Amino acid sequence: MQVPDILSIVTFLPLVGALLTMAARSDQAIRVTALAVTTATFLISVLLWTGFSVADAAELQFVSGGFNLISEAYDIRYLLGIDGISLLLVLLTTLLGPIVVLSSWKYIDRHVKGYYTLLLILQTGMTGVFCAFDVVLFYVFFELTLIPMYFLIGIWGGEERIYAAVKFVIYTMAGSLLMLVAILYLGHAAGQAVNDGLFTTDYFKLVEYNVPISTQTWLFVLFALAFAIKVPMFPFHTWLPDAHVQAPTGGSVILAGVLLKMGTYGLVRFCLPFFPHAAAEQAVLFGTLAVIGIIYGALVSRAQPDAKKLVAYSSVSHLGFVVLGIFAFTLTSLQGAVIQMINHGLSTGALFLLVGMLYERRHTRRMADFGGIARSVPLLTFFMVLTALASAGLPGLNGFVGEFLILVGSFGSSIPGMTVLTAFATTGVILAAIYLLWMLSRIFFGPVRNEENQTMPDLNRRELIILVPLAALMILMGVMPQPFLERSEPATAQLLELVQAKQSAAPDEPSRPSQKNMPDDPVREGGFEVRAEPDTSQTQGMIPYASMLQAMDH
Amino acid sequence: MGADRAILLIVLLPAAGAVLNGLLPLFWPQLRRSEALIGTIGTAVIAVPFVLAVTLFLQGFSEPEVVPFYTWMGAGDFSVSVAYRIDHLSLIMTLVVTGVGALIHLYSIGYMHGDRSFWKFFAYLNLFIFMMLNLVLADNLLVLFLGWEGVGLCSYLLIGFWYEDFKNSAAATKAFVMNRIGDFAFLLAMFILVREVGSLSFSAIFAGADQMSAGTLNAVVLLLFIGATGKSAQIPLFTWLPDAMAGPTPVSALIHAATMVTSGLYLLARMSSVVLMAPAVMAAIAVTGAVTALVAATIAIAQTDIKRVLAYSTVSQLGFMFMASGVGAFFVAIFHVVTHAFFKACLFLGSGSVIHGMHHVERKLRHEGYNGAFDPQDMRTMGGLKRFMPQTRLTYMIATLAISGIPLTAGFFSKDEILFKAFEFGYDGHAFAWFVWAVGIGTALLTAFYMTRSYMLTFEGTSRWPRAAAVHPHESPWTITGPLMVLASLSLAGGFIGLPKLAEKLGLSNWIHSYLASHGPVAEIAATAHVSTGMEIGLILLGSLVAVGGVWWAWRFFARHELAGDGHIRVRFGGLYRWWKRSYFWDEFYGKVAVKPVIDGAEKALAPLDSAVVDGLVNAVARMALRTSSMVRHLQTGVVQAYALAIVLGVVVLIALMAG
Repeated sequence: MQVPDILSIVTFLPLVGALLTMAARSDQAIRVTALAVTTATFLISVLLWTGFSVADAAELQFVSGGFNLISEAYDIRYLLGIDGISLLLVLLTTLLGPIVVLSSWKYIDRHVKGYYTLLLILQTGMTGVFCAFDVVLFYVFFELTLIPMYFLIGIWGGEERIYAAVKFVIYTMAGSLLMLVAILYLGHAAGQAVNDGLFTTDYFKLVEYNVPISTQTWLFVLFALAFAIKVPMFPFHTWLPDAHVQAPTGGSVILAGVLLKMGTYGLVRFCLPFFPHAAAEQAVLFGTLAVIGIIYGALVSRAQPDAKKLVAYSSVSHLGFVVLGIFAFTLTSLQGAVIQMINHGLSTGALFLLVGMLYERRHTRRMADFGGIARSVPLLTFFMVLTALASAGLPGLNGFVGEFLILVGSFGSSIPGMTVLTAFATTGVILAAIYLLWMLSRIFFGPVRNEENQTMPDLNRRELIILVPLAALMILMGVMPQPFLERSEPATAQLLELVQAKQSAAPDEPSRPSQKNMPDDPVREGGFEVRAEPDTSQTQGMIPYASMLQAMDH
Repeated sequence: MGADRAILLIVLLPAAGAVLNGLLPLFWPQLRRSEALIGTIGTAVIAVPFVLAVTLFLQGFSEPEVVPFYTWMGAGDFSVSVAYRIDHLSLIMTLVVTGVGALIHLYSIGYMHGDRSFWKFFAYLNLFIFMMLNLVLADNLLVLFLGWEGVGLCSYLLIGFWYEDFKNSAAATKAFVMNRIGDFAFLLAMFILVREVGSLSFSAIFAGADQMSAGTLNAVVLLLFIGATGKSAQIPLFTWLPDAMAGPTPVSALIHAATMVTSGLYLLARMSSVVLMAPAVMAAIAVTGAVTALVAATIAIAQTDIKRVLAYSTVSQLGFMFMASGVGAFFVAIFHVVTHAFFKACLFLGSGSVIHGMHHVERKLRHEGYNGAFDPQDMRTMGGLKRFMPQTRLTYMIATLAISGIPLTAGFFSKDEILFKAFEFGYDGHAFAWFVWAVGIGTALLTAFYMTRSYMLTFEGTSRWPRAAAVHPHESPWTITGPLMVLASLSLAGGFIGLPKLAEKLGLSNWIHSYLASHGPVAEIAATAHVSTGMEIGLILLGSLVAVGGVWWAWRFFARHELAGDGHIRVRFGGLYRWWKRSYFWDEFYGKVAVKPVIDGAEKALAPLDSAVVDGLVNAVARMALRTSSMVRHLQTGVVQAYALAIVLGVVVLIALMAG
């Protein structure tokens, strides 16, 4: 049931949709178009899930493209594909697509065309980020998300939207420009070493290339800084609360749900395999910053009078867990980190949706303006309590699975100091209960202090359609996370093996060990398992990378 | 039916009840009014599992049976299954949870009648039983932890059930957060076990425990014990339980007396073979239990709210159970869990019946135009209720005698066994056990005193509410008194499952001891020095004397002082009274040293620091950027589509380039 280039369709269908919305006449037509396009994209992306071969989850599947992007003088390719890690993130992105469109249905009432157009462009950027296996292509998608988000905040945002939007763009751009420098350098160096002198940003060639120890550290810093700002890690997080508070609900959902994951994804996908020595050296630093983020984010969250800001700071805390899991270098913690990216996307996305629904009813997000509304909005209360509990890591809901795997994995990490860091990180489970239950109790319980809260309407059908799938996934992934975990595990396992092999190899050894040591072994290509048989006709879209290249050379 | 099927049904029926009673009425409000249907479903999904558990019990089985269902989560070398374990320990707990649970569900039909959230109450209660069954039936620590946090959630939801009062919601939050502090320790214990043993399943832990270093073992047991102090309300994490009385009374009976709060004891019993390897921590467990028992008993003397007396009494009785665990007598701890479930549930449900009656009084008074203060839970305004509520009074009295340890009641056997085991442990050369034993004897005396006080203030003497001559309550309906009768009978007779060693002379044996010891779910220490029969008889006489003496003391005291509330207690105990009345200022202390510093630190230091310093540095740069980007800003207004178009064009150009 393979559709050719299904991945390119999933990636670019929203962009095509953006063109359609620009052609649409009425506001309603624009909304319907956007909903239809994002829903279609999601449905097509389900084929990625069903067609994904779990047995080969470490391999690149649904490979699309492969041709040179600029010219033969540069080995920069249009190459999309997904392994188990990308699969989950792509599905998260496509799932949130229609949800965000629906959540904006009533709230966005001016410049409707612009809003949905940007939203759709944004989705292409986000999807591309998780599928790109060429670093320049990744960079293009990475930056492509920036501009639409800038406008989403700057035009449809709150009072101080310009400030927040500019801050968001400048901050992220500063990081990513540094990364661009590193990419160019890396492409050149790798080209010299493994690509017969031809500049290359091909992911697998960069993985194959052993970056000399002397340059690893600063290249790592340039990459990691860009991603640390995106995550955001303490102390680079201050753009986030501003951006969230100012952004319209849809923007916040995308921001928390997907954009932040680009940072953690980048750390996993690039920083670890490209610069394993530097990553190991800096592991304690990153772990420490992550743990500070967990505790600091939670405490500052508790101090917020504004519900949206509270949720924004909770992201700093939650993503600290993810970063800790990544830099603990154990399979269990890395798996936890990957699944926690999805969990956070679902539950924090839902929290922003719910805060947005409250805002649409009362035009305030100050918790003090609410109180006792559980009586008037039982459905909204139910979903908020469920989501808050998922976010607080209650067993049986999704957040627990990620947190537990991260913590139990990090605790057993062989990196000195990681055990102590994990113990500190675990206090996050207490702190999360404090700020989330505080929020629930302020908004939903206690006496009704304000007449307007007495008559608040409960969720309507559109809002239920938004929330039910998210709630269902939170429960499903809490009770039965295995189908998700087993799809990403082969990929994370292979990544970690590669990183550890590189780490244990003598530094500065010849840069093409695989070629020198086993020149005739077709199974290993840049450390990634590639199917031995070159038969591409019936490989269900999992075009073995090596044979694909051969095919293109002809 | 095979054991695996039965277990699946036992666990899943309450879950189905929670879904039926919770989700359906949530989405279809017209269903919320059908109390009869909701109450019947809610009770049936607990009663059927009880019957199934009884069947399993009667069938008997020779070996612990593990019933795996599916892999819950696995990553790398770490993997955990949803698997249940049926052995003598889990079966006894299942019987208590579903048996007492079913009675309390039945009771709630009458008690919650007319409440607008009747449906929600039964959904939460069903969910609670589901979680509690996961806790006691789990075959590994993680599923146990699922139940552990799950019952904590239900406790949170039910304490805050009447959330319109902010106090209740605050009490709920307090309970959850304090439990989470314990859970933090529980999590760390699991992390250590995974690192050392590689698994969380009980069999793997038991097999791998002796390969751990002494330090690691002590750490694991200590952390698990700290977790237990949270759930089972021991020092230092006990202050949430009295506040938890904000929940409806059936909740106090089921969750905060009979079942959930005994989870900590269950955990220690389940892990008993590991706990026994950490003798230093065992001493800490026993001493903590003893001190908690004494502290809570003294506080109970000075309480005037009938439910708060019972709450502190629960803390105190749980302390007794920890004493037993700490001297290695885990099966006695479980024995006391069982008898306590009977008499404390009976007491709480009895107090609920009383409160029900006093509410009726209040309604009548209000109807007649009385608008002074009236607290239906304050014993100072009760008195003489035996005339109006004879069945409630009888059952409350029986349960009071049982908890006081009057000979041949359930509480007598279990408490006596705890004290005996502490004595024996001391005799065996563990000095701390003497301390534990002595505190236990003293606390037993206080227990008889404060419980008799609560009985006297409530049921004896003259009625002290306003216009008492004209307005009076009447007895509760059968759904309330029925469960009371059953529980009172069990409070009388339930102790015979654990006869003292002395009974061996008569050819009788301690059933619960041999039941829990067979096939080894509960480990124990074999005493090396034997307490002689004469000494045992002496101890039993001492225990009986203390119980009878305490009851007699309180009876005399309150009969003489005409039951006028606690004025005389204040005189009698002087300066201590203030400390008892205010719970030794424990809450105030935590407020000063923990809550306030954290909240103030977050609000007054961290949040300002975040915007002034962390963000301040960034803004210095951002402001520069703002100035330089002002041009871009001018371009921005109103030409969004143009920008979108530009981006699209850019992409098109890119694609064109790719093709070329």
